[in-house]
Amino acid sequence: MKRHLISAADLSKDDALLVLDTAEELAQVSDRSIKKLPTLRGRTVVNLFYEDSTRTRISFEAAAKRLSADVINFSAKGSSVSKGESLKDTALTLEAMGADGVVIRHPASGAPHRLAGWVQGSVINAGDGTHEHPTQALLDAFTMRRRLGGLEGRKVTIVGDVLHSRVARSNVLLLDTLGADVTVVAPPTLVPVAVDTWPCRVSYDLDAVLPKSDVVMMLRVQHERMNASYFPTVREYSRRYGLDGDRMAQLPEHAIVMHPGPMNRGVEIAAEVADSVRSTIVEQVANGVSARMAVLYLLLGGSEPAIGKEVSGK
Amino acid sequence: MSTTYIIKGARILGGEPADIAIRDGGIAEVGTGLAAAGAQVVEADGLVALPGLVDLHTHLREPGREDAETVESGTRAAAMGGYTAVHAMANTDPVADTAGVVEQVWRLGREAGYCDVHPVGAVTRGIAGERLAELGAMADSAARVRVFSDDGHCVSDAVIMRRALEYVKAFDGVVAQHAQEPRLTEGAQMNEGEMSAALGMRGWPAVAEEAIIARDVLLAEHVGSRLHVCHVSTAGSVEIIRWAKSKGCQVTAEVTPHHLLLDDTRAGSYDPIFKVNPPLRTADDVTALRHALADGTIDCVATDHAPHPVEAKETEWAVAAMGMIGLETALAVVQEAMIETDLLDWAGVADRMSFAPARIGRLSGQGRPLEAGSPANITLYDPSPRRAVDPAAMTSKSRNTPFAGLELPGRVIATFLRGTPTVLEGKLQ
Amino acid sequence: MNAAQRPDDPAEARVADGDPRPKAVLEGPDIRRALTRIAHEILERTKGGHDVVLLGIQTRGVTLAERLAEALREVEGRPVPWGSLDVTMYRDDLRMKPARALGRTELPAAGIDDRVVVLVDDVLFSGRTVRAALDALNDLGRPRAVQLAVLVDRGHRELPIRADYVGKNLPTSMRETVKVLLAENDDRDAVLLGPKGDK
Repeated sequence: MKRHLISAADLSKDDALLVLDTAEELAQVSDRSIKKLPTLRGRTVVNLFYEDSTRTRISFEAAAKRLSADVINFSAKGSSVSKGESLKDTALTLEAMGADGVVIRHPASGAPHRLAGWVQGSVINAGDGTHEHPTQALLDAFTMRRRLGGLEGRKVTIVGDVLHSRVARSNVLLLDTLGADVTVVAPPTLVPVAVDTWPCRVSYDLDAVLPKSDVVMMLRVQHERMNASYFPTVREYSRRYGLDGDRMAQLPEHAIVMHPGPMNRGVEIAAEVADSVRSTIVEQVANGVSARMAVLYLLLGGSEPAIGKEVSGK
Repeated sequence: MSTTYIIKGARILGGEPADIAIRDGGIAEVGTGLAAAGAQVVEADGLVALPGLVDLHTHLREPGREDAETVESGTRAAAMGGYTAVHAMANTDPVADTAGVVEQVWRLGREAGYCDVHPVGAVTRGIAGERLAELGAMADSAARVRVFSDDGHCVSDAVIMRRALEYVKAFDGVVAQHAQEPRLTEGAQMNEGEMSAALGMRGWPAVAEEAIIARDVLLAEHVGSRLHVCHVSTAGSVEIIRWAKSKGCQVTAEVTPHHLLLDDTRAGSYDPIFKVNPPLRTADDVTALRHALADGTIDCVATDHAPHPVEAKETEWAVAAMGMIGLETALAVVQEAMIETDLLDWAGVADRMSFAPARIGRLSGQGRPLEAGSPANITLYDPSPRRAVDPAAMTSKSRNTPFAGLELPGRVIATFLRGTPTVLEGKLQ
Repeated sequence: MNAAQRPDDPAEARVADGDPRPKAVLEGPDIRRALTRIAHEILERTKGGHDVVLLGIQTRGVTLAERLAEALREVEGRPVPWGSLDVTMYRDDLRMKPARALGRTELPAAGIDDRVVVLVDDVLFSGRTVRAALDALNDLGRPRAVQLAVLVDRGHRELPIRADYVGKNLPTSMRETVKVLLAENDDRDAVLLGPKGDK
């Protein structure tokens, strides 16, 4: 049975640690002059992107290519997808091409789950709607572990549009699995109604949480939220929930500042924070390749996947 | 209509075995040891006899979406489910908002002959919620429309709703409201709660239904009109309806079979076979709905049978059509949810699935007691077998049943429409 | 790990052929002597070992490389750079088993370019691991020469590979397994020969 990585909840603690340990070894490859391993020679990885996301696509592409996989980029623009071909028909096309792994980015929550029921290969969720983005959470955890040495008991504060953020969902789940202590901070309008069922604390007051944080992760404010009365004005949002130099000064000495990108400088994060030594934003990009290499290797490298979850066919 | 049948040994509303003699489309006699020369005997040993079921809420899709269902295919499915009358919802293409369209649907039903088809008229033109449709013309037409609904859309404008409630009093009509506050449910995909938060889907909050029901019961009381609430789905709605009834408000309500059996954890599969409007709610809501149906707060079961072609469901959840078919599984689901749980007996099922909906729809020849003099609209049901629901075995043109693979009890053995079997020995006639 | 089941049984080394229990063909002192001899051979072959880098193949090869480095230091009185090499990603049998955890690859700070790299492994069998190690080295740099040191050569090569330094040549049948135990990884030093099969 094929296994997939669709939700951060698909990873047990052992799975998650295996991914992080593997990523740690694979990070060395990026420092070598020959940044390539033969591991996935002859394997085909399809990048199926229904949303523009150059950063995520090239990160997966670099990861697959460093493992010597054949990479096929299938983007919604300029393909039959934009002509209205259904996801199911696209899945059948991928089957005919013999894709061993499908990396999918899709605006609809649950699309990777549906796809997993229709294809033989392993599906990797590269962001689905407002659901999850598990490899982002893995690279974030990897970055935290490298900077802080470990995640057990670490206090991680995730700030911003938790309601619509796939990054927040995946991070809350994975960080809980790894033993971190997560607090989400947002205006009440941007917190899901049933957030009390999540394995995290909730706060509406950023200043109260910052002094106790080892990690602050700032989420991007999407433009479409700005005119939908989730908050009165961008200025007010920025004043109450943005991370500026003064707020950063409240953080403990060792604390780090993360952002999944792309940033709205001056909205959720001030330029002086984004460019400070606490900021891991550039590292996150490099670590993304290592974390995705680890996921690709563990799902596709052996006779059967070593991590992930099964999805029943339909 | 002169064929004479003797139904032998049926348990009428689950009572002691009795025989039913059918003559000239009516029930001639009910008793024991009945015999008649030349009559065809229907052995009904162990079967429950129910009055022919009446559905207040059926989407037959014709005219406009004959690829999903037609009046003929939908009424065949209805007969297989034990129904002798269905109310065909107005959201067809064109919309059933004129006498012409409702008469067409009514006539198609008559021609098919499997089940009475009572068209529901749209409340507003094009179900756009802005101007009243010609409600009187539809009421006066050959289709004699008494139930009006913009189902699929809420009559959200309070003034339009008030006018509609008032206007239909002239012909003893009822407005069946699809209670959904539109602004609170923009882009909504599923029940708002723990599951929607985990699955990252836009939530359809219970309050969006309850706020409209609260407003409408107050309006109905104010203008002294009949209000019917379609597909009640939340515990909060039940509370509001219970309160309104206690005040003497003329409100009736329906619940669908799927809301009696399934909850929102089904969405975890991301399979849009479980996507429906209003959405599947929580297990607590399911429990509240069952008890409300048992105590009469909710008057009846209505299927909201909503056929969709395969391609409308074999998609990502967000782009999939809402709705599920239900005519052929309704009685089985009600048995599972209400009889097996001892919440209702068969007399209660007869009330919630035949007497009450016929009363709400003001149907004279349906929902009559199984006694001499009544039209012979009879459903014979075997409650004993349990089997997995097989979508491929459906009579409906569509296959979008959320109960696929689920083991459910019971089987409709025969359906008589005014003395003529539409289903016999479990097979369509 | 059948070998570790009865580690303290003194009868182990004397069991007759056909006994399902593995027997120790080398004990701790034998291993120590073998490594000391290999250290001398390396110095002889590389004319003092000035450019030598020892790279142990994960997992027990790394332990042996560390011990060899220590033996070289004792003889020559100066440290010899050593590191570890994980060849998992280069193996030709990756797809025959589920993907497994990776070991550490750690090269000495000076790297391997223009050095004489001595690959160190515990058992030389089919030669496939060494083939993978050669491929890995190819991606890591350009040594002047590559040599191979193994504690046990059990024969049955499937590739044209031979060792430059061998602790013990051990003729085996394909129905036997050879297991090297090292105190750092296991609970003692020994080379065990046992029948294949029981897990």
